[in-house]
Amino acid sequence: MENKLKNCQELLRFITCGSVDDGKSTLIGRLLLDSRSVLADQWAAIEATSTRRGQSQVDLSLLTDGLQAEREQGITIDVAYRYFSTPARRFIIADTPGHAQYTRNMVTGASTADLAILLLDARKGVVEQTRRHAQIVRLLGIRKVVIAVNKMDLVAYGQEAFERVKQEFLNFAEPLDFRDIVFIPLSALNGDGVVLHGGHMPWYTGPTLLELLETVVLDEEILNSSFRFPIQLVTRLSEENGEERRGAQGRVESGTVAVGDEVLLLPSGRTSRVSAIETYAGRISQARAGQSITLVLADQIDMSRGDMIASVAHPPRTDKNFEALVCWFSHTPYDPERRLLVQQTTRCIQGKIDTVSARLDIQTSQLVPSPAQVAMNDLVHMGFKVQQPLAFDRYEDNRTTGSFILIDALTHDTVAAGMIV
Amino acid sequence: MKGESGSMKSTQAATFTPLTSSGGGAWAPWDHLDRLESEAIHILREVVAQCVRPVLLFSGGKDSMVLLHLARKAFHPQRIPFPLMHVDTGHNFPEVITFRDQVVKSLGVNLIVRSVEESIRQGRARVRFESDSRNALQAVTLVDAIHEFGFDACLGGARRDEEKARAKERIFSFRDEFGGWDPKNQRPELWDLYNAHVHPGENMRVFPISNWTEADVWEYIARERLDLPSLYFAHRREVVARGDQWIPVTPLTQPKVGEHVEERWVRFRTVGDMTCTCPVPSEARTLEDILRETVTSTLTERGATRTDDQTSEASMELRKKQGYF
Repeated sequence: MENKLKNCQELLRFITCGSVDDGKSTLIGRLLLDSRSVLADQWAAIEATSTRRGQSQVDLSLLTDGLQAEREQGITIDVAYRYFSTPARRFIIADTPGHAQYTRNMVTGASTADLAILLLDARKGVVEQTRRHAQIVRLLGIRKVVIAVNKMDLVAYGQEAFERVKQEFLNFAEPLDFRDIVFIPLSALNGDGVVLHGGHMPWYTGPTLLELLETVVLDEEILNSSFRFPIQLVTRLSEENGEERRGAQGRVESGTVAVGDEVLLLPSGRTSRVSAIETYAGRISQARAGQSITLVLADQIDMSRGDMIASVAHPPRTDKNFEALVCWFSHTPYDPERRLLVQQTTRCIQGKIDTVSARLDIQTSQLVPSPAQVAMNDLVHMGFKVQQPLAFDRYEDNRTTGSFILIDALTHDTVAAGMIV
Repeated sequence: MKGESGSMKSTQAATFTPLTSSGGGAWAPWDHLDRLESEAIHILREVVAQCVRPVLLFSGGKDSMVLLHLARKAFHPQRIPFPLMHVDTGHNFPEVITFRDQVVKSLGVNLIVRSVEESIRQGRARVRFESDSRNALQAVTLVDAIHEFGFDACLGGARRDEEKARAKERIFSFRDEFGGWDPKNQRPELWDLYNAHVHPGENMRVFPISNWTEADVWEYIARERLDLPSLYFAHRREVVARGDQWIPVTPLTQPKVGEHVEERWVRFRTVGDMTCTCPVPSEARTLEDILRETVTSTLTERGATRTDDQTSEASMELRKKQGYF
């Protein structure tokens, strides 16, 4: 019975970027509908609301707008997560609002996404919003990008229009240096190219959007990166050969580890060997990125929460100073007088901002030196100094060890998020 | 190789190589349940590391059974380092309470029970009729218990796929000293970095299985062979048809005049307050049957079984603003 039930589906998390005008809600609705993920009672509820509002078509955005204020004002306020599955895969969509506070929300939704779908209108091509979205997706380190060229029905499903938009995007995106971009022509309204090919674009022989989502290779990069293991807790294990043993509990954030591997404990810089990998199900000989395990070292060296166990051959940087690109979240602008905490992996320590060197203008991709103020939704380059050394990588190389949040020590609000450069 | 069109299949393979199992090589397939389980364990460990006095809300229902099992895995070989608490509405199905006590006894964990009945006796929670749903009243008892024990984090088995307001809630959800949720002013939550800082009197509600769906929960229960209350499996029960739902005949939910009592094969998809939880017609007697039924169901879990969520599109959100978990 166990084998029959275990059908080994992978999980893909993606973000959709685009405004209402681009047909984002329609696209999500189409994916949910055609994969049979909207159930009868949900459909009845949004149908009733649409009718009450006098809309002629069922408003698919009602599926994701969960808050009373959102329904009252007809706007999306916060990131919503939607879940759907096909026989091939499980999916989590981060649906982010396109307008007010977009940077803050999009950064949040993108931080956990494996892939981004950027919606373009086949008639309009690259617009201002495309630039912002592409820029944020790139900054957040999403490597896989799908450009969904939507509303193909409004350009007579013509290949030329598709190729034009594609070329326009490639020209614009050149300096952003994306690694993987796939272009798909579709009509979310009629369904062509979303789940089924439809009969309107015989010139397009590539995958539909869903086919692509179902087959994209996941996490090969995170497995091939250097081993990183931030310690969450240190626990006492059973004695062995009369020796007391302690285990480091945490999750392998990147790379792999095997019993016998030589490892580095940071920030102390001491080395040891992995003597055992424990799990609830028993001992294992190796573990991979994503796995939560208990790691036992051969030497009884002092370790505690916030330390990191890492590859000896490719260690992270360990420093009290670093530079980062920061997205400011708080309604209150940055104030140097306020005490800040830096939370990076499992370490949370006092820190201060030494320099605010430049603001990134998301519209123009230009750096504006020495900004006078850092306000909500601003992206700024900052220099940090922290109380104790942190073990970290560039965000570009490792999304987990290269990211952090800033917490106001007094109010406890999360005021900003940073990516180490 | 960047920037190639999906319309060229050969290039396609070079950019987004189609492959059905990740990792490859010596690695065992890493599926969605592995990823969800590992995420939940990571969250549970963060709670213990960051919070002073956490508690796990345990009802004996399927989601809290999954959560309890994950807690065992997270802290193995040590015991679960926090107590369990059940906010008992006094309207529970007796099978569930019996099951709850068996589980607690077999694991040797500490269970705190605080009852809505007691809150009503003290006049802290008020009802019009004995048969009113006590689901919303749980918030009063819960918030009182949080203050009584000084809990700074309550772990719960709620999932984002259950309900639209929950789809918007953070995994670490901040609550003010009244236990209230402010959906428009939530702490941004990025990557896997959780800010659990609270001032005295405030608390976090933490949902380690936020990203699980009902199907994931059932698959996991089958994979890990977890025990569940018998109510989840098909059994004969006296019910009456009311609207679209089958109302179970209990001491608190009696047939109305003109309603016809019949005995049918049913099972519960959720177990909660007897006055607002309805069974669905089903002959699913094994986990495998239930799984098959779950993936082919045309109704959501709450839509099919909860009468309290149907009164208003925003009822869950309203309850959460008042301290409900």
